[in-house]
Amino acid sequence: MTAAFAFARYDLLLAHRNLWAAISIGLMTLFAIVLTISGSAPAGALGVDRLTVTVTSLTTLSIYLVPLIALLLSFDAIAGERDRGMLALILSYPVSSASFLIGKFLAHLITLAVALAIGFGIAGILSVALDGASPASWKALFVLYGSAVLLGATFLGFGYAISSLVRHPGAAAGLVIGLWLIGIVLYDLALLGALVADDGGFFTSKLFPWLLVINPADAFRLVNLGGSTSTLLASGLLVPQDALPALMPQMALLLWPPVIGYIAWRLFRRIEP
Amino acid sequence: MLQIDGVIKYRDGRQTVTNVSLTVEAGERVALLGHNGAGKTTLLRLILGLTKIDGGQISIFGHPPGSIEARRLTAYLPENVDFHQSLSGKEVLRHLARLKGDRATRADDLLERVGLAADAERRISTYSKGMRQRLGLAQALLGDPRLSLLDEPTSGLDPIARWEFYELVGELAAGGGAVLLSSHALTEMEARTDRIAILRAGKLVANDTLESLRRSAGLPVRLRVAARPDRAEDLMANLGGCRINGRSVELACQADEKMALLSSINALPHLVEDIDIVPPGLDDLYRYFSAPEETRS
Ligand SMILES: Nc1ncnc2c1ncn2[C@@H]1O[C@H](COP(=O)(O)OP(=O)(O)O)[C@@H](O)[C@H]1O
Ligand SMILES: [Mg+2]
Repeated sequence: MTAAFAFARYDLLLAHRNLWAAISIGLMTLFAIVLTISGSAPAGALGVDRLTVTVTSLTTLSIYLVPLIALLLSFDAIAGERDRGMLALILSYPVSSASFLIGKFLAHLITLAVALAIGFGIAGILSVALDGASPASWKALFVLYGSAVLLGATFLGFGYAISSLVRHPGAAAGLVIGLWLIGIVLYDLALLGALVADDGGFFTSKLFPWLLVINPADAFRLVNLGGSTSTLLASGLLVPQDALPALMPQMALLLWPPVIGYIAWRLFRRIEP
Repeated sequence: MLQIDGVIKYRDGRQTVTNVSLTVEAGERVALLGHNGAGKTTLLRLILGLTKIDGGQISIFGHPPGSIEARRLTAYLPENVDFHQSLSGKEVLRHLARLKGDRATRADDLLERVGLAADAERRISTYSKGMRQRLGLAQALLGDPRLSLLDEPTSGLDPIARWEFYELVGELAAGGGAVLLSSHALTEMEARTDRIAILRAGKLVANDTLESLRRSAGLPVRLRVAARPDRAEDLMANLGGCRINGRSVELACQADEKMALLSSINALPHLVEDIDIVPPGLDDLYRYFSAPEETRS
C-alpha cells in the first residue's frame, strides 16, 4: 500500500506539472459558471429555485464532460509508460503491479474529484447568491457530485483497460475518443432510433430500460434526473419509472467502477512491458 | 549469484535465445557482447522476469526471476528509458528511492555521485542524452543491489563519463555485487570486466576471461613497418606482407613467431624507419567469435 501511495503522489505531481489538473479544473469551472449564469432567466417562473435548474444543466454537461476528462487523464497511463520504457523499469522494482495501477487511479480520481468539487462548488455558491436554494436542491447537488465522481471512476477504468490493450499511446488516444463517441453520444441515438422503430412494443417496455441502465452515463442521468413518475431525458428518451427495480441506476453506478477496474487490472497483468 | 541454465526464448516461432547457460558470481563483472539483435536485451529481460522463459531455468540468489525477493536484490538499467520530462531529476529519483525502500536523502547522494547534483532541480526535458543516462545509472544504484543488470549502460556517455561509469561498476563489484552489462562497444571493456560472454544470434559463442579468449582464438599479431623514403618496394620484396599506406608494410604472424620476424626486420636497418606492434584487440576477438564458424580464418 505504501507503494500505491508513492505512485499516487508521483502521478499527482505529474498531473500538476503537465497542467492536466489545471485544465480539468479550468474546464469544469468555466462550464459551471456559464451554465449557472445563463440558466433559464427568471428561474422563479418555473416554480423551482435557481440551484435546481443549475443541477439539471450540470447533469447534462457532466454526462459529456466527466467521461471525456476521465478518458483523457487515463488513456496514456499504461501505453505511455510502456512506450517510454518506464513500465519495464517499474516492474523490475520490488513493488506489486497492482500498486502501480492503484496509484494512478488514486491520483487521477483525486484530480477529477477536485475539479468537480471546484466547478460544482462555484455553481452552487453562484446560484445561492443569485437566487437562494432549498435544502432539496442542495441535496440534489451533493448527489450529483457523488454520482459524477463514480461516473469519472468508471471511465478512468475504461481508459486503463484501453491503455493496456494497445501498444502505442496514439492508438489508445484514438480508441478512448471512439469509446466516448459511441458510449456517450451514439448509444443514446441508437436507442432512440430503436424506440421509434419499435413503437411501444417489447423492446420499449422490457429491453430498453435495462439497456439504458447498463450504460454508466445513462445510469448517471437516471440517478440525477429521475422524477417521481417518469424521466424525461435530455436526449428525449423516456423511461417508465416502474420498468426497473428500485435503486437500479444507483446500483449500476456503484458497480461499474469495481467491475471495470477489475477488467483493467486483468488486461494490465497480461501485457509484457 | 546469478545462474542461467539452458535458457530458451522463442519469438515469432524463432529462437532468439538458444540454450544459454551463464553464471555471474558475487563480486564479478561480466560483459555481454553481441551485435544488434543478438539477444542481449532479451536475455536481461528473461533474468528480470519481464519476459516469460520458454525453457531452462534462471535463479537469482536462489529466487526465481520476477519474484519479489529477486527484484529486491536486482537493479536494472533498461536500454531505452525516457523519464518524465516535466519532472526534475531529483523528483524522479526520490520517487524511485521510495519504491526501493531507500530514503530520499539517498537519492540526493546518488545524484551527487553520478555528477548530476548541479542539475538535480532542473526539468529532465533540459537534460542531454548523457545526463539522462547518468540519471538511469543513479537509479540502478538505489537499494544496494546484489545483482546489477545494465543494458548498454555507456551508450551516450562521453569518454570521461564512461571512465567514471566503470569506476562505479568497480565499486559495485568490490562491494560484493554481481554485475552483468551488455554492450556492443568493445575496446572500453578491456581491463574493466572480469569475464566476457559473446552472444551471436541467441547462442553463447564465448564465455571466458579476455586472456583465455585471446589465446583460444589464436589471432595474429600485426607488425606495421614504416619504410625509409622510397624504400617501401624494397622492404616488401624482403619481407612480404602488404602495403597499408604510401610508406608502410603490414605483416601478420602468430604470437610465437613474433621474435623471429622482429630480428629479420632488425637486419634491414637501411630500409626500416619504425615499427608498431599491434596485438589482437577486443574488436578483433569480437569479430572472430561473433562471425559464423565456417567463415573464421
Ligand atoms: N518484443 C519482441 N517481439 C518479437 N521479436 C523481438 C522482440 N524483442 C526482440 N525481438 C527479436 O529478438 C532478437 C533479439 O533482440 P534483442 O534481445 O533486443 O537484441 P540485442 O539487445 O542484442 O540487440 C531480435 O531478432 C529481435 O528482432
Ligand atoms: Mg538490446
